[in-house]
Amino acid sequence: MSIVQLPQEIIPNPSQRKMVEELSGERISACFQCEKCTNGCPVTFAMDLVPHIAIRLLHLGLVDEVLRSDTIWVCASCETCATRCPNNINITRVMDTLRQLAQREGVRPSQRNVPLFHSAFLSSIRRHGRVHETEMAVDFTLKSEGIRGLLKQVSTGLAMFTRGKIKLLPPRLRGKRQIKDMFKKAGVKG
Amino acid sequence: MVEVSYYPGCSLHGVAREYNESTEAVSEKLGVNLAELEDWNCCGASSAHATSNELALALPERNLRLASQVGMDLIVPCAACYSRLRAAEKELLADTTTEGSADKYQGGFEVKHLADFFWEDVGEDTILGQVTRPLGGLSLVCYYGCLITRPPRVTDVTDPDNPESMDNLMKTVGADVRAWSYKTDCCGAGHILTLPRVAQRMIQKLLDMAQEAGADCIVSGCPMCQSNLDRAQEDISRETGKKYSVPILYFTELMGLAFGDPEVGKWFSRHIVDPRPLLKQKGLL
Repeated sequence: MSIVQLPQEIIPNPSQRKMVEELSGERISACFQCEKCTNGCPVTFAMDLVPHIAIRLLHLGLVDEVLRSDTIWVCASCETCATRCPNNINITRVMDTLRQLAQREGVRPSQRNVPLFHSAFLSSIRRHGRVHETEMAVDFTLKSEGIRGLLKQVSTGLAMFTRGKIKLLPPRLRGKRQIKDMFKKAGVKG
Repeated sequence: MVEVSYYPGCSLHGVAREYNESTEAVSEKLGVNLAELEDWNCCGASSAHATSNELALALPERNLRLASQVGMDLIVPCAACYSRLRAAEKELLADTTTEGSADKYQGGFEVKHLADFFWEDVGEDTILGQVTRPLGGLSLVCYYGCLITRPPRVTDVTDPDNPESMDNLMKTVGADVRAWSYKTDCCGAGHILTLPRVAQRMIQKLLDMAQEAGADCIVSGCPMCQSNLDRAQEDISRETGKKYSVPILYFTELMGLAFGDPEVGKWFSRHIVDPRPLLKQKGLL
Protein backbone atom coordinates (compact mmCIF):
# COMPACT_ATOMS: atom_id res chain seq x y z
CA MET A 1 0.00 0.00 0.00
CA SER A 2 1.22 3.47 -0.80
CA ILE A 3 0.59 6.28 1.66
CA VAL A 4 -0.23 9.49 -0.13
CA GLN A 5 2.01 12.35 0.98
CA LEU A 6 0.17 15.63 1.26
CA PRO A 7 1.96 18.96 0.92
CA GLN A 8 2.46 20.87 4.20
CA GLU A 9 0.76 23.95 2.93
CA ILE A 10 -2.26 23.54 0.68
CA ILE A 11 -3.29 26.31 -1.64
CA PRO A 12 -6.67 25.42 -3.16
CA ASN A 13 -6.53 25.15 -6.93
CA PRO A 14 -10.05 25.25 -8.40
CA SER A 15 -8.86 24.83 -12.00
CA GLN A 16 -7.74 21.27 -11.26
CA ARG A 17 -11.07 20.45 -9.65
CA LYS A 18 -12.90 21.95 -12.62
CA MET A 19 -10.83 19.86 -14.99
CA VAL A 20 -11.99 16.64 -13.27
CA GLU A 21 -15.56 17.96 -13.18
CA GLU A 22 -15.46 18.61 -16.90
CA LEU A 23 -13.98 15.22 -17.77
CA SER A 24 -16.41 13.30 -15.57
CA GLY A 25 -19.47 15.46 -16.08
CA GLU A 26 -19.98 15.28 -12.31
CA ARG A 27 -20.31 18.28 -9.99
CA ILE A 28 -17.71 17.33 -7.40
CA SER A 29 -18.08 20.71 -5.69
CA ALA A 30 -21.58 19.66 -4.56
CA CYS A 31 -20.01 17.35 -1.97
CA PHE A 32 -20.55 18.54 1.62
CA GLN A 33 -18.48 15.78 3.22
CA CYS A 34 -21.32 13.77 4.77
CA GLU A 35 -19.14 10.63 4.47
CA LYS A 36 -21.99 8.44 3.23
CA CYS A 37 -19.77 7.21 0.37
CA THR A 38 -17.03 6.18 2.77
CA ASN A 39 -19.41 4.51 5.20
CA GLY A 40 -20.98 2.37 2.47
CA CYS A 41 -17.77 1.55 0.63
CA PRO A 42 -16.84 -2.16 0.93
CA VAL A 43 -13.13 -1.66 0.21
CA THR A 44 -12.09 1.18 2.52
CA PHE A 45 -9.98 -1.35 4.44
CA ALA A 46 -7.59 -1.46 1.48
CA MET A 47 -7.63 2.24 0.61
CA ASP A 48 -5.11 4.92 1.55
CA LEU A 49 -7.61 7.71 0.83
CA VAL A 50 -11.17 6.81 1.80
CA PRO A 51 -13.68 8.08 -0.78
CA HIS A 52 -14.81 11.31 0.91
CA ILE A 53 -11.18 12.28 1.54
CA ALA A 54 -10.34 11.65 -2.11
CA ILE A 55 -13.23 13.93 -3.07
CA ARG A 56 -12.01 16.55 -0.59
CA LEU A 57 -8.55 16.48 -2.15
CA LEU A 58 -10.16 17.04 -5.54
CA HIS A 59 -11.95 20.08 -4.06
CA LEU A 60 -8.58 21.47 -3.12
CA GLY A 61 -7.13 20.69 -6.53
CA LEU A 62 -4.76 17.98 -5.31
CA VAL A 63 -5.45 15.79 -8.33
CA ASP A 64 -1.93 14.34 -8.62
CA GLU A 65 -2.13 13.05 -5.06
CA VAL A 66 -5.37 11.24 -5.86
CA LEU A 67 -3.97 9.84 -9.13
CA ARG A 68 -1.06 8.33 -7.20
CA SER A 69 -3.31 6.77 -4.56
CA ASP A 70 -4.30 3.13 -4.13
CA THR A 71 -7.89 4.25 -3.92
CA ILE A 72 -8.56 4.71 -7.63
CA TRP A 73 -7.37 1.13 -8.31
CA VAL A 74 -8.83 -0.49 -5.19
CA CYS A 75 -12.31 0.88 -5.96
CA ALA A 76 -14.27 -2.12 -7.23
CA SER A 77 -16.91 -0.03 -9.08
CA CYS A 78 -19.66 -1.55 -6.93
CA GLU A 79 -21.72 1.65 -7.37
CA THR A 80 -22.71 1.88 -3.69
CA CYS A 81 -21.36 5.44 -3.30
CA ALA A 82 -22.97 6.51 -6.56
CA THR A 83 -26.29 5.08 -5.34
CA ARG A 84 -26.19 6.74 -1.92
CA CYS A 85 -24.66 10.17 -2.49
CA PRO A 86 -27.27 12.70 -1.30
CA ASN A 87 -25.89 15.24 -3.76
CA ASN A 88 -26.22 12.87 -6.67
CA ILE A 89 -22.51 12.79 -7.47
CA ASN A 90 -21.71 9.70 -9.50
CA ILE A 91 -18.53 8.97 -7.56
CA THR A 92 -17.96 5.71 -9.44
CA ARG A 93 -17.82 7.74 -12.63
CA VAL A 94 -15.37 10.17 -11.02
CA MET A 95 -13.18 7.16 -10.15
CA ASP A 96 -13.33 6.07 -13.81
CA THR A 97 -12.26 9.55 -14.88
CA LEU A 98 -9.33 9.42 -12.45
CA ARG A 99 -8.27 5.97 -13.69
CA GLN A 100 -8.42 7.19 -17.28
CA LEU A 101 -6.50 10.32 -16.38
CA ALA A 102 -3.82 8.38 -14.52
CA GLN A 103 -3.29 6.13 -17.54
CA ARG A 104 -3.27 8.98 -19.99
CA GLU A 105 -0.84 11.07 -17.93
CA GLY A 106 1.44 8.09 -17.44
CA VAL A 107 1.15 8.22 -13.63
CA ARG A 108 2.84 5.16 -12.16
CA PRO A 109 -0.08 3.11 -10.79
CA SER A 110 0.25 2.26 -7.09
CA GLN A 111 -1.50 -1.05 -7.79
CA ARG A 112 -0.07 -2.01 -11.16
CA ASN A 113 -2.03 -5.27 -11.47
CA VAL A 114 -5.33 -3.49 -11.98
CA PRO A 115 -4.41 -1.52 -15.13
CA LEU A 116 -2.47 -4.58 -16.38
CA PHE A 117 -5.67 -6.59 -16.08
CA HIS A 118 -7.68 -3.98 -17.96
CA SER A 119 -5.08 -3.97 -20.70
CA ALA A 120 -5.13 -7.78 -21.04
CA PHE A 121 -8.93 -7.78 -21.02
CA LEU A 122 -9.20 -5.08 -23.68
CA SER A 123 -6.50 -6.71 -25.84
CA SER A 124 -8.58 -9.83 -26.00
CA ILE A 125 -11.69 -7.87 -27.02
CA ARG A 126 -9.75 -5.94 -29.63
CA ARG A 127 -8.40 -9.14 -31.15
CA HIS A 128 -11.58 -11.21 -31.16
CA GLY A 129 -14.54 -8.93 -30.45
CA ARG A 130 -15.21 -11.00 -27.34
CA VAL A 131 -13.06 -11.92 -24.38
CA HIS A 132 -11.25 -15.20 -24.77
CA GLU A 133 -10.94 -15.90 -21.05
CA THR A 134 -8.11 -18.40 -21.30
CA GLU A 135 -5.94 -16.13 -23.40
CA MET A 136 -6.77 -13.11 -21.22
CA ALA A 137 -5.88 -14.94 -17.98
CA VAL A 138 -2.57 -16.19 -19.42
CA ASP A 139 -1.74 -12.76 -20.84
CA PHE A 140 -2.50 -11.03 -17.51
CA THR A 141 -0.57 -13.55 -15.43
CA LEU A 142 2.47 -13.29 -17.68
CA LYS A 143 2.38 -9.48 -17.53
CA SER A 144 1.87 -9.32 -13.77
CA GLU A 145 3.89 -12.24 -12.43
CA GLY A 146 5.84 -13.63 -15.35
CA ILE A 147 6.37 -17.28 -16.16
CA ARG A 148 6.64 -18.27 -12.47
CA GLY A 149 3.22 -16.79 -11.83
CA LEU A 150 1.85 -18.80 -14.72
CA LEU A 151 3.32 -22.01 -13.31
CA LYS A 152 1.59 -21.30 -9.97
CA GLN A 153 -1.73 -21.21 -11.82
CA VAL A 154 -1.31 -24.64 -13.41
CA SER A 155 -3.46 -26.47 -10.87
CA THR A 156 -6.28 -23.90 -11.17
CA GLY A 157 -6.06 -24.18 -14.94
CA LEU A 158 -6.24 -27.94 -14.75
CA ALA A 159 -9.27 -27.82 -12.42
CA MET A 160 -11.02 -25.53 -14.88
CA PHE A 161 -10.04 -27.72 -17.82
CA THR A 162 -11.41 -30.92 -16.32
CA ARG A 163 -14.67 -29.09 -15.64
CA GLY A 164 -14.99 -28.17 -19.29
CA LYS A 165 -14.55 -24.45 -18.63
CA ILE A 166 -11.49 -23.78 -20.73
CA LYS A 167 -11.94 -22.96 -24.37
CA LEU A 168 -8.79 -23.40 -26.39
CA LEU A 169 -9.98 -21.66 -29.52
CA PRO A 170 -10.88 -17.97 -29.50
CA PRO A 171 -14.36 -16.77 -30.48
CA ARG A 172 -14.86 -15.71 -34.11
CA LEU A 173 -16.90 -12.65 -34.96
CA ARG A 174 -17.94 -11.46 -38.40
CA GLY A 175 -17.87 -7.88 -37.09
CA LYS A 176 -14.25 -8.14 -35.92
CA ARG A 177 -13.24 -5.24 -38.16
CA GLN A 178 -15.88 -2.97 -36.60
CA ILE A 179 -14.51 -3.74 -33.13
CA LYS A 180 -10.93 -2.95 -34.18
CA ASP A 181 -12.18 0.35 -35.60
CA MET A 182 -13.87 1.24 -32.29
CA PHE A 183 -10.56 0.81 -30.47
CA LYS A 184 -8.76 2.89 -33.05
CA LYS A 185 -11.34 5.66 -32.89
CA ALA A 186 -11.25 5.74 -29.08
CA GLY A 187 -7.45 5.74 -29.13
CA VAL A 188 -7.26 2.60 -26.99
CA LYS A 189 -4.37 0.32 -27.81
CA GLY A 190 -5.47 -2.62 -25.62
CA MET B 1 -44.23 -19.71 -26.96
CA VAL B 2 -42.51 -16.47 -25.96
CA GLU B 3 -39.58 -15.32 -28.07
CA VAL B 4 -36.87 -12.97 -26.84
CA SER B 5 -33.37 -11.88 -27.86
CA TYR B 6 -30.62 -13.41 -25.76
CA TYR B 7 -27.24 -11.90 -24.96
CA PRO B 8 -25.20 -14.55 -23.09
CA GLY B 9 -21.96 -12.56 -22.75
CA CYS B 10 -18.43 -13.91 -22.85
CA SER B 11 -18.43 -15.76 -19.51
CA LEU B 12 -21.44 -17.89 -20.36
CA HIS B 13 -19.48 -19.28 -23.29
CA GLY B 14 -16.56 -20.04 -20.97
CA VAL B 15 -16.26 -20.28 -17.19
CA ALA B 16 -20.00 -19.94 -16.66
CA ARG B 17 -20.99 -22.66 -19.12
CA GLU B 18 -23.37 -24.27 -16.63
CA TYR B 19 -25.23 -20.96 -16.32
CA ASN B 20 -25.78 -20.93 -20.09
CA GLU B 21 -26.71 -24.61 -20.25
CA SER B 22 -29.19 -24.35 -17.37
CA THR B 23 -30.63 -21.09 -18.73
CA GLU B 24 -31.33 -22.72 -22.08
CA ALA B 25 -32.82 -25.85 -20.50
CA VAL B 26 -35.08 -23.96 -18.09
CA SER B 27 -36.21 -21.52 -20.80
CA GLU B 28 -37.23 -24.38 -23.03
CA LYS B 29 -39.34 -25.89 -20.24
CA LEU B 30 -40.99 -22.53 -19.66
CA GLY B 31 -41.86 -22.13 -23.32
CA VAL B 32 -39.34 -19.37 -23.90
CA ASN B 33 -37.36 -19.30 -27.12
CA LEU B 34 -34.01 -17.58 -26.56
CA ALA B 35 -32.86 -16.19 -29.90
CA GLU B 36 -29.15 -15.53 -29.37
CA LEU B 37 -28.23 -12.10 -30.70
CA GLU B 38 -26.44 -12.67 -33.99
CA ASP B 39 -22.71 -11.79 -33.93
CA TRP B 40 -22.86 -10.05 -30.51
CA ASN B 41 -19.62 -8.61 -29.09
CA CYS B 42 -18.24 -8.13 -25.57
CA CYS B 43 -19.90 -5.36 -23.53
CA GLY B 44 -16.49 -4.06 -22.43
CA ALA B 45 -17.19 -4.74 -18.74
CA SER B 46 -15.19 -2.77 -16.14
CA SER B 47 -12.05 -2.59 -18.23
CA ALA B 48 -13.63 -0.43 -20.92
CA HIS B 49 -15.16 2.14 -18.56
CA ALA B 50 -11.96 2.35 -16.53
CA THR B 51 -10.06 3.13 -19.73
CA SER B 52 -12.19 5.14 -22.16
CA ASN B 53 -15.72 6.55 -22.05
CA GLU B 54 -15.93 6.37 -25.83
CA LEU B 55 -15.05 2.67 -25.97
CA ALA B 56 -17.30 1.94 -22.97
CA LEU B 57 -20.21 3.26 -25.04
CA ALA B 58 -19.24 1.96 -28.50
CA LEU B 59 -18.96 -1.71 -27.48
CA PRO B 60 -22.46 -2.11 -25.97
CA GLU B 61 -23.90 0.26 -28.58
CA ARG B 62 -23.16 -2.22 -31.37
CA ASN B 63 -25.13 -4.89 -29.49
CA LEU B 64 -28.02 -2.55 -28.80
CA ARG B 65 -28.27 -1.61 -32.46
CA LEU B 66 -28.23 -5.28 -33.45
CA ALA B 67 -30.99 -5.98 -30.91
CA SER B 68 -32.93 -2.95 -32.08
CA GLN B 69 -33.09 -4.44 -35.58
CA VAL B 70 -34.59 -7.62 -34.13
CA GLY B 71 -36.98 -5.61 -31.95
CA MET B 72 -37.53 -8.15 -29.17
CA ASP B 73 -36.65 -7.64 -25.50
CA LEU B 74 -33.00 -8.41 -24.80
CA ILE B 75 -32.52 -10.89 -21.96
CA VAL B 76 -29.17 -10.81 -20.19
CA PRO B 77 -28.04 -13.36 -17.57
CA CYS B 78 -24.76 -11.61 -16.61
CA ALA B 79 -25.01 -8.71 -14.15
CA ALA B 80 -22.06 -6.83 -15.65
CA CYS B 81 -23.28 -7.14 -19.26
CA TYR B 82 -26.75 -6.14 -18.08
CA SER B 83 -25.37 -3.03 -16.42
CA ARG B 84 -23.20 -1.97 -19.37
CA LEU B 85 -26.01 -2.51 -21.88
CA ARG B 86 -28.50 -0.55 -19.80
CA ALA B 87 -26.05 2.28 -19.08
CA ALA B 88 -25.31 2.58 -22.81
CA GLU B 89 -29.01 2.46 -23.65
CA LYS B 90 -29.72 5.37 -21.27
CA GLU B 91 -26.83 7.37 -22.70
CA LEU B 92 -27.89 6.78 -26.31
CA LEU B 93 -31.53 7.61 -25.68
CA ALA B 94 -30.54 10.82 -23.90
CA ASP B 95 -28.13 11.85 -26.67
CA THR B 96 -29.52 14.95 -28.35
CA THR B 97 -26.67 15.43 -30.83
CA THR B 98 -28.08 12.79 -33.20
CA GLU B 99 -31.68 14.06 -32.89
CA GLY B 100 -33.51 13.93 -36.20
CA SER B 101 -30.70 12.06 -37.99
CA ALA B 102 -30.70 8.46 -39.20
CA ASP B 103 -28.08 7.71 -36.56
CA LYS B 104 -30.43 8.46 -33.67
CA TYR B 105 -30.75 5.36 -31.53
CA GLN B 106 -34.40 4.35 -31.34
CA GLY B 107 -34.43 1.48 -28.84
CA GLY B 108 -37.93 0.07 -28.87
CA PHE B 109 -37.22 -2.93 -26.69
CA GLU B 110 -36.24 -3.56 -23.09
CA VAL B 111 -32.95 -4.82 -21.66
CA LYS B 112 -33.81 -7.22 -18.82
CA HIS B 113 -31.89 -9.36 -16.40
CA LEU B 114 -32.83 -13.01 -16.74
CA ALA B 115 -34.16 -13.33 -13.16
CA ASP B 116 -36.43 -10.31 -13.60
CA PHE B 117 -37.62 -11.69 -16.93
CA PHE B 118 -38.50 -15.07 -15.44
CA TRP B 119 -40.31 -13.54 -12.49
CA GLU B 120 -42.04 -10.57 -14.12
CA ASP B 121 -42.74 -11.78 -17.65
CA VAL B 122 -42.85 -15.58 -17.52
CA GLY B 123 -44.49 -15.50 -14.11
CA GLU B 124 -45.21 -17.63 -11.08
CA ASP B 125 -47.96 -19.80 -12.56
CA THR B 126 -45.93 -20.95 -15.56
CA ILE B 127 -42.96 -21.70 -13.31
CA LEU B 128 -45.09 -23.58 -10.75
CA GLY B 129 -46.55 -25.61 -13.60
CA GLN B 130 -43.11 -27.07 -14.35
CA VAL B 131 -42.11 -27.97 -10.78
CA THR B 132 -42.02 -31.73 -10.41
CA ARG B 133 -39.50 -31.97 -7.55
CA PRO B 134 -39.91 -29.06 -5.13
CA LEU B 135 -36.72 -28.15 -3.30
CA GLY B 136 -38.16 -28.59 0.21
CA GLY B 137 -35.51 -28.66 2.92
CA LEU B 138 -32.90 -26.79 0.91
CA SER B 139 -31.97 -23.63 2.81
CA LEU B 140 -30.38 -20.88 0.78
CA VAL B 141 -29.73 -17.18 0.48
CA CYS B 142 -30.00 -15.27 -2.79
CA TYR B 143 -26.97 -13.18 -3.61
CA TYR B 144 -27.46 -10.46 -6.23
CA GLY B 145 -24.15 -8.62 -6.03
CA CYS B 146 -23.75 -5.05 -7.26
CA LEU B 147 -24.93 -4.49 -10.76
CA ILE B 148 -28.34 -6.14 -10.94
CA THR B 149 -29.67 -3.30 -8.80
CA ARG B 150 -27.06 -0.51 -8.75
CA PRO B 151 -27.05 2.26 -9.66
CA PRO B 152 -30.82 2.91 -9.80
CA ARG B 153 -30.31 5.54 -12.51
CA VAL B 154 -29.27 2.62 -14.72
CA THR B 155 -31.45 -0.21 -13.37
CA ASP B 156 -34.61 1.78 -12.54
CA VAL B 157 -35.17 -0.29 -9.38
CA THR B 158 -36.91 1.33 -6.43
CA ASP B 159 -35.17 -0.60 -3.66
CA PRO B 160 -31.54 -1.22 -4.65
CA ASP B 161 -30.69 -2.79 -1.28
CA ASN B 162 -33.40 -5.40 -1.33
CA PRO B 163 -34.03 -7.05 -4.70
CA GLU B 164 -36.54 -9.92 -4.68
CA SER B 165 -36.61 -11.57 -8.12
CA MET B 166 -34.37 -14.54 -7.28
CA ASP B 167 -35.92 -14.88 -3.80
CA ASN B 168 -39.34 -15.15 -5.44
CA LEU B 169 -38.13 -17.67 -8.01
CA MET B 170 -36.52 -19.84 -5.34
CA LYS B 171 -39.62 -19.72 -3.13
CA THR B 172 -41.72 -20.75 -6.12
CA VAL B 173 -39.61 -23.86 -6.66
CA GLY B 174 -40.04 -24.74 -2.98
CA ALA B 175 -36.71 -23.78 -1.41
CA ASP B 176 -36.32 -22.44 2.12
CA VAL B 177 -35.18 -18.89 1.31
CA ARG B 178 -33.42 -17.19 4.21
CA ALA B 179 -33.35 -13.46 4.84
CA TRP B 180 -29.92 -11.82 5.07
CA SER B 181 -28.46 -8.33 4.82
CA TYR B 182 -25.76 -9.08 2.27
CA LYS B 183 -27.84 -9.54 -0.89
CA THR B 184 -26.14 -6.68 -2.71
CA ASP B 185 -22.71 -6.49 -1.08
CA CYS B 186 -19.74 -6.62 -3.44
CA CYS B 187 -17.72 -9.83 -4.06
CA GLY B 188 -14.63 -7.88 -5.22
CA ALA B 189 -15.20 -8.71 -8.90
CA GLY B 190 -11.94 -8.64 -10.92
CA HIS B 191 -9.89 -8.05 -7.78
CA ILE B 192 -9.82 -11.84 -7.42
CA LEU B 193 -7.06 -11.73 -10.06
CA THR B 194 -5.48 -8.33 -9.41
CA LEU B 195 -5.78 -7.85 -5.62
CA PRO B 196 -6.69 -11.36 -4.42
CA ARG B 197 -6.31 -10.62 -0.69
CA VAL B 198 -8.81 -7.79 -0.97
CA ALA B 199 -11.34 -9.92 -2.84
CA GLN B 200 -10.89 -12.87 -0.49
CA ARG B 201 -11.72 -10.74 2.50
CA MET B 202 -14.93 -9.56 0.83
CA ILE B 203 -15.88 -13.09 -0.20
CA GLN B 204 -15.19 -14.53 3.25
CA LYS B 205 -17.63 -12.08 4.79
CA LEU B 206 -20.33 -13.18 2.35
CA LEU B 207 -19.69 -16.86 3.08
CA ASP B 208 -19.79 -16.23 6.84
CA MET B 209 -22.97 -14.20 6.69
CA ALA B 210 -24.74 -16.74 4.47
CA GLN B 211 -23.93 -19.47 6.96
CA GLU B 212 -25.02 -17.31 9.86
CA ALA B 213 -28.37 -16.87 8.09
CA GLY B 214 -28.71 -20.67 8.07
CA ALA B 215 -28.08 -21.20 4.37
CA ASP B 216 -26.63 -24.47 3.03
CA CYS B 217 -25.79 -22.83 -0.25
CA ILE B 218 -25.72 -19.45 -2.00
CA VAL B 219 -27.72 -18.70 -5.13
CA SER B 220 -26.31 -16.31 -7.72
CA GLY B 221 -27.41 -14.56 -10.89
CA CYS B 222 -24.00 -13.31 -11.99
CA PRO B 223 -21.10 -15.31 -13.50
CA MET B 224 -18.48 -13.10 -11.81
CA CYS B 225 -20.02 -13.46 -8.32
CA GLN B 226 -20.54 -17.20 -8.75
CA SER B 227 -17.03 -17.78 -9.96
CA ASN B 228 -15.48 -15.63 -7.21
CA LEU B 229 -17.40 -17.26 -4.38
CA ASP B 230 -16.92 -20.78 -5.76
CA ARG B 231 -13.24 -20.58 -6.63
CA ALA B 232 -11.92 -18.56 -3.69
CA GLN B 233 -13.02 -20.94 -0.94
CA GLU B 234 -9.99 -23.20 -1.23
CA ASP B 235 -7.56 -20.27 -0.87
CA ILE B 236 -9.57 -18.65 1.94
CA SER B 237 -9.68 -21.97 3.82
CA ARG B 238 -5.92 -22.40 3.45
CA GLU B 239 -5.09 -18.87 4.50
CA THR B 240 -7.49 -18.45 7.40
CA GLY B 241 -7.53 -22.03 8.72
CA LYS B 242 -11.33 -21.96 8.68
CA LYS B 243 -12.75 -24.59 6.36
CA TYR B 244 -15.26 -23.39 3.76
CA SER B 245 -17.28 -25.63 1.49
CA VAL B 246 -20.41 -23.73 0.52
CA PRO B 247 -21.94 -24.65 -2.86
CA ILE B 248 -22.59 -21.60 -5.05
CA LEU B 249 -25.41 -22.30 -7.49
CA TYR B 250 -27.01 -20.36 -10.31
CA PHE B 251 -30.73 -19.84 -9.78
CA THR B 252 -31.30 -21.46 -13.17
CA GLU B 253 -29.58 -24.66 -12.02
CA LEU B 254 -31.94 -24.97 -9.05
CA MET B 255 -34.95 -24.24 -11.27
CA GLY B 256 -33.71 -27.03 -13.57
CA LEU B 257 -33.39 -29.35 -10.58
CA ALA B 258 -36.95 -28.56 -9.47
CA PHE B 259 -38.17 -29.12 -13.05
CA GLY B 260 -36.59 -32.60 -13.03
CA ASP B 261 -34.11 -31.77 -15.79
CA PRO B 262 -31.96 -34.85 -16.59
CA GLU B 263 -28.89 -32.67 -17.33
CA VAL B 264 -28.43 -31.26 -13.81
CA GLY B 265 -25.57 -33.64 -12.99
CA LYS B 266 -23.55 -32.24 -15.89
CA TRP B 267 -24.01 -28.66 -14.67
CA PHE B 268 -23.13 -29.52 -11.07
CA SER B 269 -19.98 -31.36 -12.18
CA ARG B 270 -18.58 -28.04 -13.43
CA HIS B 271 -18.47 -26.44 -9.98
CA ILE B 272 -15.36 -26.22 -7.84
CA VAL B 273 -17.31 -26.74 -4.60
CA ASP B 274 -19.34 -29.78 -5.64
CA PRO B 275 -23.01 -29.18 -4.77
CA ARG B 276 -23.99 -32.83 -5.27
CA PRO B 277 -23.21 -34.14 -1.75
CA LEU B 278 -25.47 -31.45 -0.23
CA LEU B 279 -28.27 -32.08 -2.72
CA LYS B 280 -28.04 -35.85 -2.17
CA GLN B 281 -28.15 -35.34 1.57
CA LYS B 282 -31.35 -33.31 1.14
CA GLY B 283 -32.82 -36.10 -0.99
CA LEU B 284 -32.92 -33.87 -4.08
CA LEU B 285 -30.53 -35.89 -6.27
